[in-house]
Amino acid sequence: MTEIRFTKDHEWVSLDGDIATIGITDHAQSALGDVVFVELPEPGRTVAEAEACAVVESVKAASDVYAPLAGTVTEHNAALADEPGLVNKEPEAGAWFFKLRLADPAAFEALLTADAYQAFVQSL
Amino acid sequence: MADHEPQTVPLDAWHRAHGARMVDFAGYLMPVQYDGIITEHLHCRSSAALFDVSHMGQATLAGPAAAAALERVVTGDIAGLKPGRQRYTLLMNEAGGIVDDLMVANLGHHLLLVLNAGRKYADVAHITTHLPAGVTLTPAFDRALLALQGPQAAAVLAELIPATTAMRFMDAIETTALGTDLTITRSGYTGEDGFEIGMPAAHAADVATALLADPRVKPAGLGARDSLRLEAGLPLYGNDIDESRTPIAANLGFAIGKRRKMTWDFLGGAAVRAAHDNGAAERLVGLRAEGRAPVRAGATLHDAAGAAAGQITSGTFAPSLDAPIALGYVRADLATDGTALTATLRGRAIALHVTPLPFVPHRYAR
Repeated sequence: MTEIRFTKDHEWVSLDGDIATIGITDHAQSALGDVVFVELPEPGRTVAEAEACAVVESVKAASDVYAPLAGTVTEHNAALADEPGLVNKEPEAGAWFFKLRLADPAAFEALLTADAYQAFVQSL
Repeated sequence: MADHEPQTVPLDAWHRAHGARMVDFAGYLMPVQYDGIITEHLHCRSSAALFDVSHMGQATLAGPAAAAALERVVTGDIAGLKPGRQRYTLLMNEAGGIVDDLMVANLGHHLLLVLNAGRKYADVAHITTHLPAGVTLTPAFDRALLALQGPQAAAVLAELIPATTAMRFMDAIETTALGTDLTITRSGYTGEDGFEIGMPAAHAADVATALLADPRVKPAGLGARDSLRLEAGLPLYGNDIDESRTPIAANLGFAIGKRRKMTWDFLGGAAVRAAHDNGAAERLVGLRAEGRAPVRAGATLHDAAGAAAGQITSGTFAPSLDAPIALGYVRADLATDGTALTATLRGRAIALHVTPLPFVPHRYAR
């Protein structure tokens, strides 16, 4: 079973081998409101940990999405260009943002577990 | 007010009970959304939306020649405003800048002013300075104000408050209904037909509940109010107009009364007249952007040659158009419809063009 981890920037990360899939959490989409536009990193781009590499726009405001770990973008979810509202409907499934080949797959273990993320959200 | 804890509006508990997300706006905790901005926005365009705008300041101006007294500081023909009528006008400073935009209703025995939340205390101080003896401005900032907006608003209100059936756009009445005394104007800030209803704070929850009992009505927050007003091409004070902009630059020349344009005898009139006669250096225009990314307030604009062209003052995603829209000031030579401009968004140039206003046609009951 694929394990899912989280960041304090409200991203979720699932790992398959050395490929991480990244999206924003249900809590994040709820806080943002209606998503009307998503800007995604192009495949081939190398990103550092915590680098802003995607943008999600709601009616009210633009928010950055950060690379949870260092790596190289292998793919992005083109479906979000046509249907940004998918982020509100399926934040932690169909509305994944991009995939990263991790520079150091072991670093995944340092991300928040589901329980730790829930506790973090409760503390906000 | 920013240094203080935000104040609550009379409907604070009502909003929370109806699922509102509350945010600090102009010193007040206000509902920004209930079900979602797009849903609420489209419901206002198709049926009727109920907004709480109790953060806005209601005030009365009374005394002999109150209208003439107010004309010292506003651009509108207030003396010519008949009993039972309301008018949009601009409160001015000495330099011809806009201190606030406001609504003035003639209720017969006094004038009713509706002031922007973030400006109301400054407005009262400013107006009072210019009043002659015997004319008194009395804030009633504790009163609640609800807005019912949308194509079904008149039908909804007719069932609850029969006196509203005789009203047309920009009429103003006082009436007793729903257990309290109400001030009602047929006006709003959405581009739709609709009403604004003022009442004592203690009755706000009962009135809101009575309006919401009609299945055609849903509550809407400040988020939808902002996207609705922007689609309607209506400026937001503090974003699109402020003390550095004249009514001419802001394309609000219509708010200067015909008689006032003969004499320009209001505060700042000489400066506004100069802008009127010579043209303003910059003009407020509507802008449509290519693609779906909203271009927001603060973004700088460039002309086709890459020279500085101006700045976006309001920008959002327009739910009715499914596209981004914006208002901004551009150099006067670039203010004609169709002019191509670019804005820089996250390091990339976004193409925009100047567009006639409003973005979505007004549907007032004239």
